[in-house]
Amino acid sequence: MREIYFDNSSTTRPSEAVLETVIRTMTEDYGNPSSLHSKGVDAERCLREARKKIAATLKAGEKEIIFTSGGTESNNMAILGAALAGRRRGRRILCTSMEHPAVSEVCKFLQKEGFETEQIPVDSRGRLDLAALEEMLSGDVIAVSTMYVNNEIGAVVPVQEAAELIHAKAPGAIYHVDAIQAYGKYRIYPKQLGIDLLSASGHKLHGPKGSGFLYVSKDVRIVPILYGGGQQDGMRSGTENVPGACGLGVAAEEAYRNFDEKISHLYRLKEALEEGLARLEDVVLHSPSGREGAPHIVNASFLGVGSEVLLHALEDRGIFISAGSACSTHKRSASPTLTAIAAPKDEVTSSVRFSFCESNTLDEVTTTLAALEELLPALRRYGPLRRS
Amino acid sequence: MFHTYLIKYGEIGIKGNNRHVFEDALAKQVRLKLAQISGDFEIRKERGRIYVECSGDWDEEETVSALSCVFGIVGICPVHTYELAGIDELRRDIVAYVAEEHPGSKESFKVKARRVNKEYPLDSMQIDAQLGEAILEAYPQMHVDVHHPEILFDLEIRDRVYMYSKVLPGPGGMPVGSNGSAMLCLSGGIDSPVAGWMTAKRGVKIDAVYFHAPPYTSERAKQKVVDLARAISKYTGPIRLHVVNFTDIQLAIYDTCPHEELTVIMRRYMMRIAEHFAEKDGDLGIVTGESIGQVASQTMQSLLVTNAAVRLPVYRPLVCFDKSEIVDVAKRIETYETSILPYEDCCTIFVARHPVTKPLLEVIERSEAKLKGKIEELLEKAIYTTETFTVKPE
Repeated sequence: MREIYFDNSSTTRPSEAVLETVIRTMTEDYGNPSSLHSKGVDAERCLREARKKIAATLKAGEKEIIFTSGGTESNNMAILGAALAGRRRGRRILCTSMEHPAVSEVCKFLQKEGFETEQIPVDSRGRLDLAALEEMLSGDVIAVSTMYVNNEIGAVVPVQEAAELIHAKAPGAIYHVDAIQAYGKYRIYPKQLGIDLLSASGHKLHGPKGSGFLYVSKDVRIVPILYGGGQQDGMRSGTENVPGACGLGVAAEEAYRNFDEKISHLYRLKEALEEGLARLEDVVLHSPSGREGAPHIVNASFLGVGSEVLLHALEDRGIFISAGSACSTHKRSASPTLTAIAAPKDEVTSSVRFSFCESNTLDEVTTTLAALEELLPALRRYGPLRRS
Repeated sequence: MFHTYLIKYGEIGIKGNNRHVFEDALAKQVRLKLAQISGDFEIRKERGRIYVECSGDWDEEETVSALSCVFGIVGICPVHTYELAGIDELRRDIVAYVAEEHPGSKESFKVKARRVNKEYPLDSMQIDAQLGEAILEAYPQMHVDVHHPEILFDLEIRDRVYMYSKVLPGPGGMPVGSNGSAMLCLSGGIDSPVAGWMTAKRGVKIDAVYFHAPPYTSERAKQKVVDLARAISKYTGPIRLHVVNFTDIQLAIYDTCPHEELTVIMRRYMMRIAEHFAEKDGDLGIVTGESIGQVASQTMQSLLVTNAAVRLPVYRPLVCFDKSEIVDVAKRIETYETSILPYEDCCTIFVARHPVTKPLLEVIERSEAKLKGKIEELLEKAIYTTETFTVKPE
């Protein structure tokens, strides 16, 4: 059975070039970048190359890239670091109501520590309420964090407009963008957009797991959260994960090679799936259609079919997707995004996410649609008795 | 330092002529259990007791924790052994023993010696008096209480002198394998692992059957059941687990029978399949985690109807337990945390809004009759495609 992997927003398969780099940095350039001998110098050079590659994709300076262990650490470092740096100036921190837990949980922690965290509302399609943001902004806001692309439904936040508002109405506030689902899918130039901090993760773009970075504009100061040997200019102590960072460097470079072509391809896949789903009955789309949303994410509810049931039924046919929400009979936290966009309960319990990468094909979309068409009637027949 | 454990067993001791059968079973279970941990252990059966001699790379805590999973053991006594010598040496030995095992004690005590080796010059009473005096001389803050001593010094005078005063609790029950075997219906819930554990405690070897319903239940739900079987196998020994694909049978019932009867009819088919594997494995009964009134399918009426599907006796060790009592046991035997993992099991998938709580056997049988002609093939297929493997303790 051929494998169709449509869960690229969860993680991606590392590319050949990434693999080669990781292996090389583990077998040949295995030195500690801080060591004084040539092994160390070689490792440091590799790290520097990776940093350069990433900086180039962002039109940023090398020194503005800090390697981390991934998206969660980048988000933690950004928000905790900004909160600590700004705590004498104010206590208010804003984020959207549809953040990933790696942001929302940090805010929850800060709330307990005496900060005031507030949520900027989004509408039923995940569009940020800019007017509400404007209203919430004032001089005592020390940090604002928004996603770039929502991980569940692919809604896109207008970061440039948000940045303009933030810098105008809350001068001194640090603007952090969680770009974990966006980096590699959009050309993001933080300086032009007015972004101060930007988080990205390696394994979402065919890089290694355990790799990521935080872009920190040279114009802002955040307080480090890890202390030790003072690596990376004291911003992130700990021996650098050279294989991870170098793999990420290669992945970043690859992501922006033939960029427009790849993005068009992703949109073709997305549109094909959307068209196919539109022909099926009782399907509700949560992802913004076509170019209104991210190129790689389609989120749909197949009413009357539990997310997990559909997931396993497709898995049986070698098609891997993600469940928008967990099973219905046991308590598991509901999807934060679908809750934020106020989706009805039957849509929440039946929502699944398809997410593409550039090596997926139209053929795979067609096969998936055919499988859905065949499976849904049977699965629905046994659906209505499910406890809700 | 000691390196011997005396294993105390309860009920086995009062068995009649077949007592050795139970003792052999216990010694075997002790041997099997200790083979799983590091160290060299010699298990000796001697005049109605079992001794475990430890050597090599053994660890006290690990050994006791392993032994406390062996059904049939009521007490584990760390025993110090001394060379058989005159009473003066013995007096010195017991003073040293107190210093090591009860340092600074101000408790009351009693010495109870048993002279198994009749060649020893003093009798039991004389040894008691001598050693009691030695303790009092060395530790004047301690005192004798022959009726309710806080510390009881047990001594056995054999080819060596065995001395112990501590009894660590064992799980009780009877050694697994001394009372036949049974087929446990294992779901991913809290109750069935506890039922399996309790049955094994009575010396019954456990086999198990699990019904899964892909795609309605996930691989993780199945893994959870394997993990639960593994958790109780710490006590029961290796478990033969049959994983039955139940989806088609469930769907057929759904298509054919009244929906409020789904769960009861489904359980009757589960029992039939469990019975099939029980007979195949030579089991003498079926074990379930049912408890009266817990859910609609466990009312007295439902249990009657479920029970009527099979000929083998169905054992329900939890039948009169409250949920909280079951949870307490589940926590103690460390299955609870796994049981509450949120994966669907096949009983929770197809549940009618208002299932029957007082099914009538005739009515259920009439509904089931509608399945005739197609269910036989599905049953055969479910049995034929069943995956069977052995789950061993970690």
